[in-house]
Amino acid sequence: MRFRIIVLAKQVPDTRNVGKDAMKADGTVNRAALSAIFNPEDLHALEQALSIKDKIPYAEVILLTMGPTRAAEIIREAMYRGADQGFLITDRKFAGSDTLATSYALSLAVKKLAPYHLVISGRQAIDGDTAQVGPQTAEKLGIPQITYAEEILSLDAKKIIVKRRLERGVEVVNSTLPALITVHSSAPPCRQRIGKLLMKYKHARTVTELQNETKDYTELYNERPYLLIEEWSADDLKAETQNLGLSGSPTKVKKIENVVFQHKESTILSNSDKDIEKLMQTLIRSHIIG
Amino acid sequence: MNNIFVYCEVTEERLVADVSLELLSKGRKLADDLKVKLEAVVIGHKVTKPEALLYPFGVDVIHYADDEKLFPYTTLPHASIIIELFKKEKPEIVLFGATSIGRDLAPRVASALRCGLTADCTSLEIGDHFENKTQTEYKNLLYQIRPAFGGNIIATIINPETRPQMATVREGVMKKEVYSVKYKGKLNKIDARSILKDEDFAVTIIERHLEKSKIDIKNSQVVIAGGYGVGSKENFQLLFDLAEILGAQVGASRAAVDAGFVEHERQVGQTGVTVRPKLYIACGISGAVQHRAGMDQSAQIISINTDIDAPINQIADYTIHGNVADVIPRMIKYYKKNSK
Repeated sequence: MRFRIIVLAKQVPDTRNVGKDAMKADGTVNRAALSAIFNPEDLHALEQALSIKDKIPYAEVILLTMGPTRAAEIIREAMYRGADQGFLITDRKFAGSDTLATSYALSLAVKKLAPYHLVISGRQAIDGDTAQVGPQTAEKLGIPQITYAEEILSLDAKKIIVKRRLERGVEVVNSTLPALITVHSSAPPCRQRIGKLLMKYKHARTVTELQNETKDYTELYNERPYLLIEEWSADDLKAETQNLGLSGSPTKVKKIENVVFQHKESTILSNSDKDIEKLMQTLIRSHIIG
Repeated sequence: MNNIFVYCEVTEERLVADVSLELLSKGRKLADDLKVKLEAVVIGHKVTKPEALLYPFGVDVIHYADDEKLFPYTTLPHASIIIELFKKEKPEIVLFGATSIGRDLAPRVASALRCGLTADCTSLEIGDHFENKTQTEYKNLLYQIRPAFGGNIIATIINPETRPQMATVREGVMKKEVYSVKYKGKLNKIDARSILKDEDFAVTIIERHLEKSKIDIKNSQVVIAGGYGVGSKENFQLLFDLAEILGAQVGASRAAVDAGFVEHERQVGQTGVTVRPKLYIACGISGAVQHRAGMDQSAQIISINTDIDAPINQIADYTIHGNVADVIPRMIKYYKKNSK
């Protein structure tokens, strides 16, 4: 039996590089102004999976993501770096999912890929920073979770030993398999694309993407069926509609505000010696420092 | 209405963690607003005097599970005990510290109870909600307020239908305040062995190396924080130099931590530490909402920035328009010259 590793990943807006046009005048997010990237910690997760594959030849790495058609980009990105296969969970019914509804959909897809040994994801995604989807998916799968993983120390068919990075140190734990691991950013970064794999998978597409292609891929896909990225809808997952999207999400956004700060009377000082010396004198006099 | 629960985290020294005491203080206020009781959940082994410690924070009931298998923390046993307790008690609101324990535990519990959970709240309030779609009015909901989307917006999250309403809050965000030294509640002992099953022990701890953090920016009177604009690890040394002569601690924005300039323990902001020093010197920090959430209650703020329009300048008392590498050495020079 193959050792099956499922990597959960998310395509996210690059909130770290938000420019001044990221917010519209009405205070809503201008998604078009943000580039979509592979969630950084999910790349650390992918690296953990690929390094297991380096050591265990019978291991396979499957990337699972939920999102719009465009999210297939990160599946290809994972294939260029060494993932064997990818699945895109996509359906309008998933729109508006909070972490609970997301973990429900992801857990159904993971179950569809059973038997599996390990599920690995990043600790959190940069667009929400909640770190909730990993533990919630583990709970729905009924398997143990190991959060904040920094290094997999050993692994066999039945158990895994993992070093966790905590706020104030490290902890080494042993878990039965299958288990779900969330990977911390202190783990090694992901390897780069491999030229050979880039050539192999550059034409990998989902069914929806193929429909939008002007070129006819039929012959190529008959020859290389591995290029097809499967899409799973809510029906494919046999999901219960009331657990999906907005209706499956207990949290609702009541209000979103573009932040307006109380404007203080800020004293603007120049870079001159005179201004800096005066400031230091003021601070010392008022006993704030010194 | 049902009661408010706070999960009390147990430290290495077997005390209830500060973050949990802060949440009890906030929980007491919310309980008074809602006219309900405040209940604490303590899971561990030989925890130091939970009753004497917790009642003064206005705790009405302490649910205490004491068993050698419950310390140190592992996810599944703690989750099983909490889930069992909450199914019986049906809390209205539950608060967890947004620590490596709380952020591991709360989502597992929320998933099992199919309730909503909001991470890293920076403010909690009680308020009403009118749902236009269904023309339904909801009274006295928990407003879970947090920066979102990389800190570019502030979102108010509610859970109209499901209970409990759960939230995690970082250490230092709420203030620790004794309610009444004479306050007395009652103790409810939980029999852990009757709840736990073998599969709750699927994960076992082999080794732990935990130490008290040596970096204590939370309690420092002066914080000198650097952002991406500091430019390099080498330039950050200037901040440490200034910190040393001022007796200050060095903090950082997330961008500076992500860039590898300093360790994560120094991160100030929503996903880091919240500080309220007498003086906060923001060096090359643009001031995303997430960062400001962790420092905007500082008594005095000085911003050093080459961008005169940086958002941080809007909350700064003094803005020095200049380059960090150029300004800080002169701050050191003129401090030395003018102090005794």
